[in-house]
Amino acid sequence: MASINEQLREQARKLLADKVVDLIIGYRKGSLPLRSTPYLVKTEEEAGSLIFDLTSSNNLAKYLPRVKTENRGSKIGIVCKGCDGRSVVQLIIEGQVKREDIVIIGVPCEGVVDTRKVRKKTGGEEVLRVSLPVLPGSGGREIMVEGRGFKITLDKEEVLCDVCLGCQHPNPPLYDLFIGRPREGSSARDEFKALEEFERLSSDERWRYFEHEASRCIRCYACRDACPLCYCEQCFVDETHPQWFGKGPDSSDTLIFHIVRALHTAGRCVSCGACVRACPVGINLNPLWVRIEKEVKERFGYTAGLSLEVTPPLATYDENDKQEFIL
Amino acid sequence: MSEGRKPKTEDQPWQPKIIAFLCTWCSYAGADLAGVSRIQYPPNIRVVRVPCSGRINPLFVLKCLQNGFDGVLISGCHPGDCHYISGNYVARRKFAILKTALEFVGVEPGRVQFSWVSAGEGEKFAEVVKKVTYDVQQLGPAKRLVKPR
Repeated sequence: MASINEQLREQARKLLADKVVDLIIGYRKGSLPLRSTPYLVKTEEEAGSLIFDLTSSNNLAKYLPRVKTENRGSKIGIVCKGCDGRSVVQLIIEGQVKREDIVIIGVPCEGVVDTRKVRKKTGGEEVLRVSLPVLPGSGGREIMVEGRGFKITLDKEEVLCDVCLGCQHPNPPLYDLFIGRPREGSSARDEFKALEEFERLSSDERWRYFEHEASRCIRCYACRDACPLCYCEQCFVDETHPQWFGKGPDSSDTLIFHIVRALHTAGRCVSCGACVRACPVGINLNPLWVRIEKEVKERFGYTAGLSLEVTPPLATYDENDKQEFIL
Repeated sequence: MSEGRKPKTEDQPWQPKIIAFLCTWCSYAGADLAGVSRIQYPPNIRVVRVPCSGRINPLFVLKCLQNGFDGVLISGCHPGDCHYISGNYVARRKFAILKTALEFVGVEPGRVQFSWVSAGEGEKFAEVVKKVTYDVQQLGPAKRLVKPR
């Protein structure tokens, strides 16, 4: 069987040659090991550089609204792993893109590598060469990392992103064609498993955690810029009239920024982890997002990005919603 | 209500500052009824009149906590009574998520409270204010999310 990269390139060439799509958003090899970079393919020749592997971490749905605006009238192909596909569904529901304007190329995702975890394993040493297990389903779990004076083998599970460990939807819920075979079953781990531990902490401990994380925030807004659902033309943090809250690095301001962003993405966030991976200082507020996702699921019975038919929970209501917290 | 009001009793020296967002169609009129009926309730609340509980942006609540309020009360119409048909239903979903998020990051549960009070429930309004004031008094001055000045 041809490797997933070969199949992907072949299908991409075909789509472009048959004029099914005008351009394709995908990944190509990045300039650093363990990194891939988003790639806009317009010619059959360029399609030869497409890849999909454990390093394809960016959520490509982010580029969809912008590419769509810049290329009016063209049909866009997009390579989607599970979370990208769910983000695309959300974008369609929210009217940002039209279903008929996009061709979703599904790929079976086995998780993406968290480069921070790898760096920890190498003791902070720079990784110069890697060899990854070839997808799909080669059964390969080992990742070989080489650097100056070391060569270690890591188990895939040890270095996958936290969100990938509890991933329940490795395949996009909606696709026009699929590369390889959809991955069967979901992660053995419960999606809210990591959260349980966190919920056992006392209120004080949780506060210390969140305040510490927020205090390191440098307000670069990389998290917002990496998020496929943060597509507002003017974000509330950029508004100056009224200026909703301070722009400095004060931990109260930064924490409020993150809380409000979490509230804005409530019932829409697909837990792709793009915000955590984008953060230059390694802030991990994922527990807050997962907690809200859990609340939305329990309270409103909704999981984001799975169906085009359901109205997002915060855009609608039910007269019989629980209201135990209201006096 | 003057800011410098002295505490009434010696055993309760600290008085919390609480902001109350009241829907003009129900709770605001409920507060008015409590007033004209001479029902006594703690003077710790500062009322902000809003057109509907659906008008309340979660950012308002966060901003109040950040800028010196010890507690926040949000009060709107009972389900089914909304002047705009569904404002309070939509708000209810928003508040449920807001409350979850606040408690999860470590803001004490009693700081931000929600209630339904109709225009005829002057008694209930006074009871709600008593409860919220008591809860916030027990928690003490707000320390979390507060911006140093």
